[in-house]
This record gives sequence, structure tokens and C-alpha cells, in this order.
Amino acid sequence: MRVDGKGLIDRDIPVEFSFDGQKYAGFQGDTVASALLANGVRLMGRSFKYHRPRGVLSAGSEEPNALITVGRGAAQTPNVRATVQEIYGGLSVRSQNSWPSLQRDVLAVNDLMSPFFSAGFYYKTFMWPRSFWEKLYEPVIRRAAGLGALSGEHDTASYDKAYGFCDLLIIGAGPAGLMAALSAGRAGADVLLVDENALPGGRLLGEDETVAGVSGPVWAAQVVAELGEMPNVRIMTRTTVTGAYDQGTYGALERSGLHMADGAGVPVETFWRIVAKRALLCAGALERPIAFANNDRPGIMTAGAVRTYLNRWGVAPGRNVSVFCNNDDAHRTARDMQAAGVNICALIDSRADANVQGDFPTFTGASVTDTKGRLGLSDICVSSQGKTQWIKADCLAISGGWNPSLHLTCHTGARPIWNDTIAAFVPVPGAVPGLDVAGAAAGVFSTKGALKSGAYRAKLMLDDLGIKAKPNPTPKSDDTPYGLTPLWAVPGKGRAWLDFQNDVTVKDVELAARENYASVEHMKRYTTQGMATDQGKSSNVGALAVLADATGRSISQTGTTTFRPPYSPVSIGAMGAGALGKGFAPERFTTSHMATLEDGAPMIEAGLWYRPSFFPKQGEKTWRQSCDREINMVRSAVGVCDVSTLGKIDIQGKDAAKLLDFVYTNMFSSLKIGRVRYGLMLREDGFVMDDGTCARLGDTHFVMTTTTAAAGEVMKHLEFATQCLHPDWDVQMNSATEHWAQFAVAGPKARDLVNAVLDTPIDNETFPFMACGLVGVSGVAGRLFRISFSGEHAYEIAVPARYGDSLFRLLCAQAGALGGGPYGMEALNVLRIEKGFITHAEIDGRVTAFDIGMGRMVSAKKDCIGKTMAARPGLVGDGREQLVGLRPVGTVKQLSAGAFLFEKGASASRENAQGHTTSVGFSPTLGHFIGLGFLKNGRARHGERIRMVDHLRDLDVICEVGDPVVYDPTGGRTRG
Amino acid sequence: MRYSALKVFTQGLTGNKGWRPVWRNPDPKPEYDIVIIGGGGHGLSTAYYLAKKHGLKNIAVLEKGYIGGGNVGRNTTIVRANYFLPGNSEFYSHSMKLWEGLSQDLNFNVMLSQRGVISLFHSDGQRDAFVRRGNAMINQGDDAVLLDRDGLQKMLPYLDYDNGRFPIYGGLLHPRGATARHDGVAWGYARGADQRGVDLIQNCEVTGIDIVGGKVTGVQTTRGAIRAKKVGIVVAGRSGQVAEMAGMRLPIESHVLQAFVSEGLKPAIDHVISFGMGHFYISQSDKGGLVFGGDLDFYASYAQRGNLPRKEQVMEAAMTLMPMIGKAKVLRSWGGIMDMTPDGSPIIDKTGTDGLFIDCGWCYGGFKAVPGSGDAFAHLIATGQPHETARGFRLDRFRTGQGIMDEEGTGSQHNLH
Amino acid sequence: MRITCPHCGERDLREFTYRGVALALDRPAPDAGAAAWDDYVHLRDNPAGMTRDLWYHSGGCGAWLVVTRDTISHDVISSELASTARRATK
Repeated sequence: MRVDGKGLIDRDIPVEFSFDGQKYAGFQGDTVASALLANGVRLMGRSFKYHRPRGVLSAGSEEPNALITVGRGAAQTPNVRATVQEIYGGLSVRSQNSWPSLQRDVLAVNDLMSPFFSAGFYYKTFMWPRSFWEKLYEPVIRRAAGLGALSGEHDTASYDKAYGFCDLLIIGAGPAGLMAALSAGRAGADVLLVDENALPGGRLLGEDETVAGVSGPVWAAQVVAELGEMPNVRIMTRTTVTGAYDQGTYGALERSGLHMADGAGVPVETFWRIVAKRALLCAGALERPIAFANNDRPGIMTAGAVRTYLNRWGVAPGRNVSVFCNNDDAHRTARDMQAAGVNICALIDSRADANVQGDFPTFTGASVTDTKGRLGLSDICVSSQGKTQWIKADCLAISGGWNPSLHLTCHTGARPIWNDTIAAFVPVPGAVPGLDVAGAAAGVFSTKGALKSGAYRAKLMLDDLGIKAKPNPTPKSDDTPYGLTPLWAVPGKGRAWLDFQNDVTVKDVELAARENYASVEHMKRYTTQGMATDQGKSSNVGALAVLADATGRSISQTGTTTFRPPYSPVSIGAMGAGALGKGFAPERFTTSHMATLEDGAPMIEAGLWYRPSFFPKQGEKTWRQSCDREINMVRSAVGVCDVSTLGKIDIQGKDAAKLLDFVYTNMFSSLKIGRVRYGLMLREDGFVMDDGTCARLGDTHFVMTTTTAAAGEVMKHLEFATQCLHPDWDVQMNSATEHWAQFAVAGPKARDLVNAVLDTPIDNETFPFMACGLVGVSGVAGRLFRISFSGEHAYEIAVPARYGDSLFRLLCAQAGALGGGPYGMEALNVLRIEKGFITHAEIDGRVTAFDIGMGRMVSAKKDCIGKTMAARPGLVGDGREQLVGLRPVGTVKQLSAGAFLFEKGASASRENAQGHTTSVGFSPTLGHFIGLGFLKNGRARHGERIRMVDHLRDLDVICEVGDPVVYDPTGGRTRG
Repeated sequence: MRYSALKVFTQGLTGNKGWRPVWRNPDPKPEYDIVIIGGGGHGLSTAYYLAKKHGLKNIAVLEKGYIGGGNVGRNTTIVRANYFLPGNSEFYSHSMKLWEGLSQDLNFNVMLSQRGVISLFHSDGQRDAFVRRGNAMINQGDDAVLLDRDGLQKMLPYLDYDNGRFPIYGGLLHPRGATARHDGVAWGYARGADQRGVDLIQNCEVTGIDIVGGKVTGVQTTRGAIRAKKVGIVVAGRSGQVAEMAGMRLPIESHVLQAFVSEGLKPAIDHVISFGMGHFYISQSDKGGLVFGGDLDFYASYAQRGNLPRKEQVMEAAMTLMPMIGKAKVLRSWGGIMDMTPDGSPIIDKTGTDGLFIDCGWCYGGFKAVPGSGDAFAHLIATGQPHETARGFRLDRFRTGQGIMDEEGTGSQHNLH
Repeated sequence: MRITCPHCGERDLREFTYRGVALALDRPAPDAGAAAWDDYVHLRDNPAGMTRDLWYHSGGCGAWLVVTRDTISHDVISSELASTARRATK
């Protein structure tokens, strides 16, 4: 029911929206909850377990009951708090967790079964017969569980992330936060004032009181206006600080566009990483209900929420309002409602000595012991001095007191302490370094106290930062003391709810205690108390009190569970903003990428890089046809392949050779200028880390290549070896991977092709195998390396990256004239397997130099990283699996990678495994499959026939073990 | 008290007044035959199997906080036997078999849900590595199925097959891979151990280990000295501190691993999905929460919480893999302390002290090992001999290099496993 | 978490790569024996409290840092260049 003359909504702008298909009218500034209440709708949802009818409990993000689904299709958003979602024209929302309708929900039958659905009942049953748990019980439970539903469609909405930095982060723009911001802003500090609501003001918007002679909302607006003029203050509304992390880092979620029909380029949500020198938590307090029988009906809500709906939104949540409380604060609800012309049918205060002012029926030393109303409250039962009576009421405002919103102070591990005076947990000082707490969040509940506390705490922080602040006098305001006598649960029969959403009742907590789930953590986990979407914001303290009572302990002895981030739930889309599709990781492109795409080559990922799989030619129907052709081309003419993705590290300095001797197993200080050497690198634990070539361009200048995969790791390794182990060596290094485009030119006609692009031709004498040097490439200063990964006469030619595209095109064109062309990864892989060259398929982090037959490459003349540990007894010897070559010799002619090796006739079981395969390919050169693998004592078993089994691909193959090198074992072609 | 459907029914009719405590609250006795330090999943299962399989009675489990408050109560509940290196394969295979009868054995429903674990691969090289894993699983007698892209798309239609950063080539399905109710496992073992006479002593922190002449004689605790003939250390993230009480330095570095749960949602994800390229994995609990996580925070830590960069990375991985998840909201995140070893595999072994045993180094894979580890550790403590499925978990394998089980191939840097 | 790089100033955790305890600076001699190498490569004090560990400013200047830090509270006490720390131990 809308009340005239009240509220901060804009009555000039009517807004139409729909709930469960029914159209409703509200005003600009309404939430779904306020607008539905204004339309007399109380039933908004169903509870999790018993599917009880539920209406709103609160007026904020702590809402456990009124969860709705917003939107349809890919925009469908489940579990939205009706108390937070602002309405806009065309907004379509619907209820959830009910079928076929919110009014008639079949699973409400669970409510009748509740005696058998007590806390943790599922641990005690559903075990027989064994298979029934997964076949029957679990599927039924799963379907019944959950609240809203995901659409199942890709969420392509626009989310964003941002960083924020400030001197002082103020969390909450209520009286304390506004005063703090005023003090800090006037002092010139860089201030970020963040508030969860659409309007700053906090509780001032929900109360009918004056500050500095004007109404609370007007005062708040004045302060906001002043702050808005300050360039050093930034106000963020609709933004929830969700977590406190180390060194002044905070996470925050801004609902940037969720209140608009069409975001018009605004992201729906923005996730903020805020780094603050200091932070002040002014998040206020949350009201807690009282447990009594059937205290969960639609129409029963917290007292503060009832008057917030009135004062902020101009809505009376009922026509006959009653109040049940244990404190003075809730009396305001009766006064405000009555002043607005709403009938107050009863005020029930559990305190016998309560002083109630007001012209309405009052019961002191009394309690509400039961309620009626199937889909909404109709009657309450009041027990007073041994007498009970039923009173008609469609709204019951309840208050068991207030809990400071101290959640953020617990995010780094601190536990709050119990304060008997306000019967609530309060934050411990210094809980989060750099974070202080002011106002109601610190347990200071009066408006005046909050204003004063905000200014005072802000000044302390500014002092700490060395920023001079003038004292800020506290405006004239309400300072009524907060009188309360704890009442957690009204004794009596029937179910009294603690955690509304998860349907945890007083009986459940008592059962947990009876079964000795007596630790607060056990109780929580056994009953699911506080594990719903509201994380027990309004129910945890009450449940603790009931547990304390049931176990004969005080609340402080019982302790509390931890509050963990986020303060309120954060959409994965917001925190994962930017990662949709290709955004998850950078994409690295070689300079030949465009030319390669133009050639129609399919690209495959190599780490973050893209490389061509093969270059299809007209008439080729399968990748194998292209691959075979490319291999033949390299073996008979010449091929071109972009190898720029390999890591290139430029190493310079007087001690550069020393560093290489230290990180490679073999000697590099003896390498002559103008020569290249293959090197093997170990981790300090003795296993192979990487391999590659290293060229000496000058006395103090080397260029190292790494594998594509290990480029970053090797760079880090070299920096470690110098900075951490040998800081006195004169050596510097820089990654030059992106700076140089590098192409392999391989095949019998490689020199012809290279000479076609070089300014000065080379020959075998001046440029033998493993030579390197500076060259002119069509007028560009480049580098040439005579190295081979294919077993052919081959070069790698490098130019600065900006010339890469044109050099690649030039090489391909010239190669074409020689009967050659580009080749891709598939061909490259087979070419290297034919030569027994290893990649990370072989050096997978578990193999040693000994295993791959390079034990002799570990120089005896010097120390190197990994040398000592590589000599451990377990890392050498016949028991280890050693690199071998394999070829199929039985009826099945295929090989596969990832298969296991067994002795002929042995069953394919773990106990019998002798090794495994790592790389395979079809060699068109040899006309059969070839493979590399590791076999126990394999080097001594060349010629032996063994069994290869790939269960997954259904292959069982007889293979012959041989040398890994099956093509040109003497290397004549490479040198030719 | 034996649990059954009938009992739930009759108790329901009588107001659930007759349920008995799941375990006693005994005061510590001056002496036990065996003291187990640590009342987490592994400690409780060890005590249970010591009592059940070896007929030992005079046993105490000492827990500094509450039963099941360690990693068994803060994990992502995945149970799998998909290891590929000898030493690991047979152990996890054995543990899986124990899982499969656990609810009935304990008379406590641990809600094992064998919904299948699917590991995705994104290149030929990764496929071959998973094929090796799958073949090893079948060699061991477990199950594995290779799914191609089409097969996967039928099972997981909601993944982004077209635009994701890393193209999805297929997946390795481990059909018996499961989830279980983590707290239920701890409570079921605790109840079973208590029923067999084991004293579960909560709020009892061990402050010292008494060793005389190279032999353990007992422990000092916040509730007094307790003599013991044998002592087993099984304290996960705190292994370093407790071992230090016995003068040991372990090959362990403690790291924080975060996990996340979303708000309750109607069933959307029916399997456990592992996305290696994004270091991301996810399943959905029976209550409807999406339970997911990623990699370690990577720095040594004893704080049971993590920082934002890892959280964001996990959400980003979720978004590139399954964009439908964008509208789900993270409800809660937490951290557990992982005792990381140099090869990523655990330790169940004797120590240099007579009568002192240690079970540690489960890295972030301890939950699925709860039954197997308890069985193996109980066997070692009771008989002095390693269990046949846990012979590989030797403490000295790093020094000798013999039998290193490095599934990730990342070497002796503790946080990279 | 935020770490101060002596070259670059205070930076977010995401710019750094963690290695492990700063023990890694004290590489034993090749002939130090199996126990010394086991200590260096595998065994850890793993303190719950103050520790000195190695971080690499991978997303920044490439410096290796020794950071003094609390593993329980995550307080960062100080940081210095690993090269400086290494020279000081020699």
C-alpha cells in the first residue's frame, strides 16, 4: 500500500514491470520488493527445503527470502534480491523454486514431511540398496535442491574490471561514512566513498529524524552535494565492497547497469580492485529477527525494514501492523507507521520493564508464540502473563536487536568479540591492518554517535597519513540510547525459524547439540545454518545463542563461525570480466601469420602462439596428404618454416660464457665465435629442463634459443642463476623472442634458397654445419645459423621482426621456384621423429640426460645446475626407462602416442608395463609408422620385439625396438 | 545407534528426541597404545582402520580444534583414481574401491556420487598425455574413456566450443570419478572410530613429542602429557611444525589453495570437469552450489585464505570455458593449507624415531585419499610394514632419487605440483 | 598482497612469481654431499611466521627479490634485491 507524502521515490515517473507474468506499476526509485509491497504482493518466494511461502524479510542485500530471477534467455539472472533490484520500464522478473506456481507449489509437501527431514537426516538413510543412492535418491534430491536456474546459454553480457587507488576508502555512506568523507574530503585527502545502495545516506534514508535541523535524507543530500564539488572525493553508489585482502587491497562490485533497461554501453557490472592506504568501515548494522513458531510467513519482516519501506519508498507493508521486539529501537516502527496513518494493532515487547510511548495496544513482558496465514500473515498469537490471544495482523515487524556489519574485519582471519551491552559481536581493533571501523558497524548505534564516530575515526586515519584535518563538529542529531534485553527464541512447540532460506529451525540446532555436533562449526555444517545465499547475515547470531543455550555455554564460549569473502555474492561474469572467448589469455602471432592464413593453413595453438598445422594444396583431402607432401618436399627440395616462436635470449657480458657453462650440461666457453652448439639444460633436481642451440656472435655475445614452451621459464632460470647465485658475474640478458623473425630453410636445396635472399652468397666452406654469422638479407641486417631440426642441410635465417612478413613471403616464393614451399607443424614433427630429435613430448620433466642417451653431454670438467642431483642413484641405471625408436612389425601397422609397452605375451597391466610411447608419425620417407618411446633398459634392447597397447584407441601392436634415429644416422645430409 | 530409514521414520514420529551423540567427549587418559595427532580425514580414517582391521582398542585421536576442521572440511570433494605413475596408480585405485563401499561400511551416508570426472585437452600433445594417463588407469584395472570433441559436446553442451581461447579437442572421462559429502566423511569415520572405542579428543593441541633413546614415549598437549607406545603424525598443512617437535625437517612447503562455492542453482553441471589449460575445475553439489577452484596462490602461507589475483584467474577460466556460468554468483571462498612435496606425491612412512610414523604431503589431493591413506597408515603403524598399495610413498625417495612420482613433471619446486 | 620492488616501487602480487624460501641462494658446493643437497633442494623449515622467500618480478623489471614476510598474517616486512642479499652471504 502506497502512503502519500512519504518516500524518496520520484512519483512523477511511473514505471511498469512484471512479476510472474503479471504487470505492476511502481515509481522511479522503487526496488522490486518495494513496488510489489506497494501493490499488496507479499508472497515472493519459496524456501529451500520445505518450500514454505515467503515474503521479504529485509530491505537490503541481506535478504534471505525474496529471491527472484531477472530476465530471459542469455540474460536470465537467478537469485536476485528483490530488495536490491531496482525497477525500470519493461523489467521482467519471476519467482523461483516453485512448481507449477508460486501459489501452488507441489514440493510444499516437504513441509508436511518435516519431522523426517530433520537436520542431517540424509546422513542416516538413503544407503540401501547401495546403487539406489546414485540412481534414485540423489537425482531426486538434486532436482529438488537449488534455487534459481542458469539459462544454459553463453552469458555474453558486458562486464568490466577496474582498479582504484585512494588515501582513504570509506565503506558505507550512512551517517558515519558521510561524516568521515566530509572530514577527509575537506582535509584534501584522496577519498573513495563507496555505498551499496542507489542513494547515499544509509539508515538516514530509512528513518524519520532530523540532522542539523533538516530531515536525514536532506542532510545526506547536502553532504553529498558538498563532496561532489571536491575533486579529491569520488562517490561510488550501487557498489558493494565485497572483500578485504592483504596490504590494503579491497574487492568491490559495482552494479553499473543492472538498474537500466538498456545499459547503452555501460557494463552490467564492474569488479573493482581498490588499493587504499587506509580504509574506514561504516557499513552500519543488520537487524536480526526473533525465533518463534511460524515466524517465517510473508508479512513478517524486520522492524527496521518495515519503516524503511515507509520512509524511503512510501510503502506500508500492511494495513494492520504489529511489532514484536526486545528493544526500544523497534518502537519507532510503530510510531512512524501510526504517524503515516497505518493501524498499529499491537506492540509486543518481551521486556517487562519496557517503556512504550504510543497510542496503540501494548503488551510488555509478552511474546508472539505463533502465527497464522497460509500464503501471508493473517493472525499473530500473543502470550502475555500466561494468557494468549490471537490478533489480526497482516504485517509483523520483528526486532531482536542489531548486529554490526563487521564482516570485512573478519576476512583476513580475525574473529569478532562478544559485547554483552549490545548483545552482539563487535570487531576487534586492528583486525585488518589499515582498516578501522566507525558508527553502527563498530557498535555505535545512535545517529549522533555514528556521526561523531565517523568524523573521529577519519581524523585518526588522516593523522596517521600525515594529512592535517580540522575538527568537524557533530551536527545536532538524535542520540537516543539503545536499550535491549536479549531474546533469541521464544520457547514453545512448533517450528521456529532461524535461517529462513535454508529452513533451519531451533529444533534443528537443538538436535545438532543433542547429537554432539556441539562445536559451532559442526552445528553450522550439520544443519546448514548460515550457508544460504545470505550467509546467515540475519540468523547466525540467533543460532549461536540457541546452540549456546542447548550446550550450557555462553555465546562467547561458543564462538562464532568465520565470515569469508565475498560480503555479498559476486557474479562470476564480473570477476571473470574480459576472459570470455579469446580474452582469457594473450594471443601471440608470428610475423608470417597473415601470409600463412592466406595460404589456407589451419592454425593450431602452441602455448600462447599460433602456428600452421600444414599448408593444404589443391586436391589434398586429408591433413596426411599435405603432411606427406611437405615431408617429401623437405627431403627432396627445400621447405620453409617459421620458427620464431622458439625462445631467443640475447646474452652479453664478460662472463656470458661462464653463465652458459653453468646452466648447460656441456661446455660453451670453448665455443668459437661464429659457431653454434646444441645444449642441454637441467633443473637443479637433475632432470632435463630444456634443450636448444646457442650461437656465439662475439667474444661476449651469445644468442640462446629455447623451446617454444619453456622460453619464459628459461629466461627466469638464467636470471636466477645470475642474480641469485652469481651476482658478481658480468652478464646481462634480454628476451629477444619477439624482436626477431626467424625461419628454418631445410632441404637439399636450402643453400640455393638462402643464397637467393642473401646479399652475399655463402658456401659450404665459409658456412659449414653449425656456423653462424651476421648477414645481409635483401639489404637488411640479419643473422644466419646453420642448424637443422629436420636432418637436412638447413639454416635458420633471422631478420628484425618488422621484416618478417616480407621475408617469409619472399622465401616461400623463391622456394616455389626450387620445387619447395612452406611446411607446417605436422611435417616438422615427423621430420624430427625420423631423426630422433626430442621435444617436450619426450623431455616431459621426468627424464634425465641419461634417459635420453645424452649422459655423456654432462661435462665432467665443470659444475652445472643439476649435475650433482642427476647423479643420485635413482636417476641413472638399467632400471630406468630409456629413449628408443619403435616401428610396427606385426599385422597392425599403426603406432600411437601415450600407449604402453609390454613384453610379448605379457598381459597389459600396470605390473607388466615396460615403458610408453611419446611421439609417433607416419614416415613417408620410410613408408611406415615410426615412434619414439621410453623402455626399461631400452638401449640394450634394440632389435627386441615388444607389444604396444593403447587401450583407449583399441590398438595392440607388435613393435621392434631400435635406435631413435631412423633417417640418415650418420648425419651426412646435414653436413652436405 | 545404527542408522536406517526406519530409524529416521520412527524418530521423526517421536520428535527426533531419541538420537544419541555421534561420538563421546572423553577426557584424555594418561596412556594409549597409539596416539594419532590430527583429527582430520586421514587421522580419523587411520584410527577407524586401526580399530576395525587390526583390532586395536587403546587409541586416541588428538585434535587441536574440532573434528574434521582441517582440509577434509574445506575441499572441493572430488574423488578420483586417475593417476598414471606407478606408486600412485595402485594407491588411488585402492582408495577408490574403499570409497565405493564406504557409506555401508560406516553406516553413514557419505553421498558418494560417481558422476564421472572429465579432463579436457586442447592440443594433440595434451591428448597424447591424457591417453597415456587413461591407458595407465586401465592397466591398473580402473576405468577411462577417450572422448573426442563430438562425444564431449553431447555430454557437456554448454562449453564454449567455438570461441574459447583454447580449442577443445576432447576429454578423458573417468566414469567412476565422483564427489562426496566432505563433512560426512569426517563424521562417519569419527563415529565409526568412537563406536570401536577410539577416544576422539577435541581442543587438544600437541605441543611436544617425547622421545627417549630414539624411541617415542608420548606427547605433550594443552590437556596434559599423554604417554603412547606409538605416535602417528597426520596433520596436513601443519606437518612441518609437528615434525619439528620430533627434530625432523620435512620435504614440505605449505601453500594456500582457494576454493569457491556459488549460490544454490538448479542442476546445470552433472560431472566433475577439469580444465587444465585454465587450472580450473568444477562440479555441482547436491544442494545446487557450484563448487570450483583453481591453482595454488603459489606463495608459502598458513592463512586459510587467499588473494584476489587467483580468484579472478579462476573466474576468468570459468568464463572462457563455460560462459553460461557468468550469471552464477560466488557465495563464499576459502582457503586450505596444502603440504606440498617436491614431487607432488605423498609420504606414508616410518621416521628416524622408533614408534613415530608420519602421513603427510598430500598436496591438494588429500580428500580422495582419505580411505586409502587411513588404511595404509593404520597398516604401517600396526604392522611396521608398508601397505602393499603405499610402498612408493617413502620419505627418502627425494634423497635417493628412487621412485620419484612427479605426475606434473614440474620438478622439485614444491608449489608447482 | 602487495610487494615493494626496490626498482619499481610497491606493486600488486600479480606482477610477481614465487619461487620458495631464500635458502635457494645458498647453493652447496658440488661435493657437499647428499645430505647437504637434499637439504637444499627438498627439505624446508616451512615456518609458520616470519620467512624470507624469493620472488621474481616477472611482470616488471625481472629482478629477483628476497622478501621478508609473515606466512600467517601475510604482512610484508621488507624486500631487497636477491643479488644484494646473495653478496651479503658470501
